[in-house]
Amino acid sequence: MLRDYVPVMLMMLVGAGFGVVAVVLSSALGPKRRSRVKKETYECGMTTQGATYAPTPIKYYVVALLFLVFDLECVFMYPWAVHYKSLGVFGFVEMVIFMVVLFVCYVYVWKKGALEWE
Amino acid sequence: MIDNQSVYLAISIILFVIGAAGAICRRNAIVVFMCIEIMLAGVSIAFVTFSRANQSLDGIFMVLFVMAVAAAEAAVGLAIFVLMYRKHGSIDLDKFNLMKW
Amino acid sequence: MLEFVVPALNLKAILPQLILALTALTVLLVDVFAGKDGKTSLGGLSLIGVVAALVTLFLSRGDFESAYAGMLAVDGFGFFITLIICLVALLSILVAISYEKVCPEIRSGEFYSLLLFAAFGMSFMGSASNLIMIFVALETMSISIYVLAGFKRDNLKSIESALKYFLLGAFASGFLLFGFALIYGAAGTLDIVKLGSFFTAHPDLLHQPLVMGGVALMTVGFGFKIAMFPFHMWTPDVYEGAPSVVTGFMATGVKAAAFAALVRVFFVAFAALQTDWTTIMWIAALLTMTVGNLIAISQTNIKRMLAYSSIAHAGYLLIGFVVGSEIARSAILFYLLGYAFANIGAFAVISAMGSKGEEYNELSDFQGVGFKYPMLGLTMSIFLFSMAGIPPAAGFMGKFFIFSEAIKAGYVWLAIFGVINSVISLYYYLGVIVRMYFKDPEREISIAAPAGTLVAALSLAAFGVLQMGIFPSYVWDLARASAKMLM
Repeated sequence: MLRDYVPVMLMMLVGAGFGVVAVVLSSALGPKRRSRVKKETYECGMTTQGATYAPTPIKYYVVALLFLVFDLECVFMYPWAVHYKSLGVFGFVEMVIFMVVLFVCYVYVWKKGALEWE
Repeated sequence: MIDNQSVYLAISIILFVIGAAGAICRRNAIVVFMCIEIMLAGVSIAFVTFSRANQSLDGIFMVLFVMAVAAAEAAVGLAIFVLMYRKHGSIDLDKFNLMKW
Repeated sequence: MLEFVVPALNLKAILPQLILALTALTVLLVDVFAGKDGKTSLGGLSLIGVVAALVTLFLSRGDFESAYAGMLAVDGFGFFITLIICLVALLSILVAISYEKVCPEIRSGEFYSLLLFAAFGMSFMGSASNLIMIFVALETMSISIYVLAGFKRDNLKSIESALKYFLLGAFASGFLLFGFALIYGAAGTLDIVKLGSFFTAHPDLLHQPLVMGGVALMTVGFGFKIAMFPFHMWTPDVYEGAPSVVTGFMATGVKAAAFAALVRVFFVAFAALQTDWTTIMWIAALLTMTVGNLIAISQTNIKRMLAYSSIAHAGYLLIGFVVGSEIARSAILFYLLGYAFANIGAFAVISAMGSKGEEYNELSDFQGVGFKYPMLGLTMSIFLFSMAGIPPAAGFMGKFFIFSEAIKAGYVWLAIFGVINSVISLYYYLGVIVRMYFKDPEREISIAAPAGTLVAALSLAAFGVLQMGIFPSYVWDLARASAKMLM
């Protein structure tokens, strides 16, 4: 069974070997001339601007966190939806309670102004 | 051939140990938190593996709860980190020495 | 292959917790809709909720039942833990209303709401009968408390304490969860009662690495939460930085809840392994109380000192845990309640020691307080006497029950070490009282006049401490009846 994979393994070895050989050879044989311009970060041929650490507005962070929390609550709805029929009234009531709690939190977030962009 | 269960279990233990080691050794609060999440990922894999081996659903549900709780934890944790960064200017754990560790 | 049993919707079983959660949500909504005027009523609103939860707790106290497909065990043990948690929440809210003067940030819906959610999680930890439920309850409690610890947003110490508690708490829950996973792998169930019968039925499986590793990892996880040596390092930093009222809530509520879960898991699920974990816990109990007491002596900050003393108290409680008989479990419950009254009272006094934006937490600040503020001095003395275990206070009776049961069960050495430790602890507890009454103040401190709610909280806590110390029979009978109904 494993024998079937031998050609694939060979192929991978040859592929990897070609890459390694090409890199090693070119760095060993090629001439090296370093200059300041060459050392700069390559960015579409333009000169780079500003620092690497650009601050991101805090608004993104709040929205991202809210998204993360509310999005993950969906995890509980999949198993519930799959078994909706067999869960009956109990399942329905439980999910309604769950949604109400989520809704209260949503109202809170909304009224606190966390969803306002400007 | 090795059976699948031990492979999965080995992966889960490796992830857990990587996470635990990272949480102890790294000094950046966010990296430490990411390491803790790696630990939780290891735990989740263990739960799913055992759930399959034991033919019971409990483990899978546990994973759902672990995921939801981890998200809530991440939200609170990142909020604390942002607050710390604004007040302190750094989230390097070595620099928090107002109180003795 | 996987059949599913739909459990009955049994609201009566969770009525007190339900009221706590509903109040928390209501407080959150009132906060955003009522505007500035509504903010003053938030504390009162949460107070009403907690009192209602306490009343329904007693009214709905029934027979043992297993609710929600084995997720919850509504039994005496859970009842007593919920009682402790509700009292702790009640006292904390009373103190918090007065603490608003010192620390204006906590006058917000989030504070009271999170406090109630934490209490909700704690009381479910006491009656959770499934490892999933324990995990969810534990995280509900912990996540709320991570936020509460950092509630003084402008205070670097408070943020630092939140950060440390968060990172170590999350780290510890990772260990706890991996322990759960290994146990689940060995036994194939997460139900605590089923785990117990499984291990009793299969003694040959008990010593396989999966089970031993699981128990060890769970000990680490719970050890962090109850501040057991060697997992206690976070306690002093977190307790010092957090707002005083939160520290009191944390030191009592979290400890009670984590101990409840520890007792339930180890006595119901791992009863068959008792001989194995007793040895480890023996050493842990000894080291926990000794380390806590010895380091507490050299502290200069009263919150740090009480943090180390709370580690020592975890050690005393672990003695009861090691002994493990039914009476010892009642003694644990009794001790937890007495400790809750005394500790929350002490932190109430500490939280009163401040004016707007300034707090006096150094031990030297307590010099002369006894005569300048007679009520604070008197109640603080009662609480410290109780923690030191001097009659007639609750702490003495609690220690008496635990140590006498340890001697009866043959753990004479552990009891002797416990008594020696109590004597050591006398030194630093009495040190505070000496400072309050026999030393002149070093610097002038001016503290805000305590609000009526603080007086109420102090008298309630002092009443509890004295009642449990002088007439212990009522609470002791309740604890005995509660500990009988475990599982």
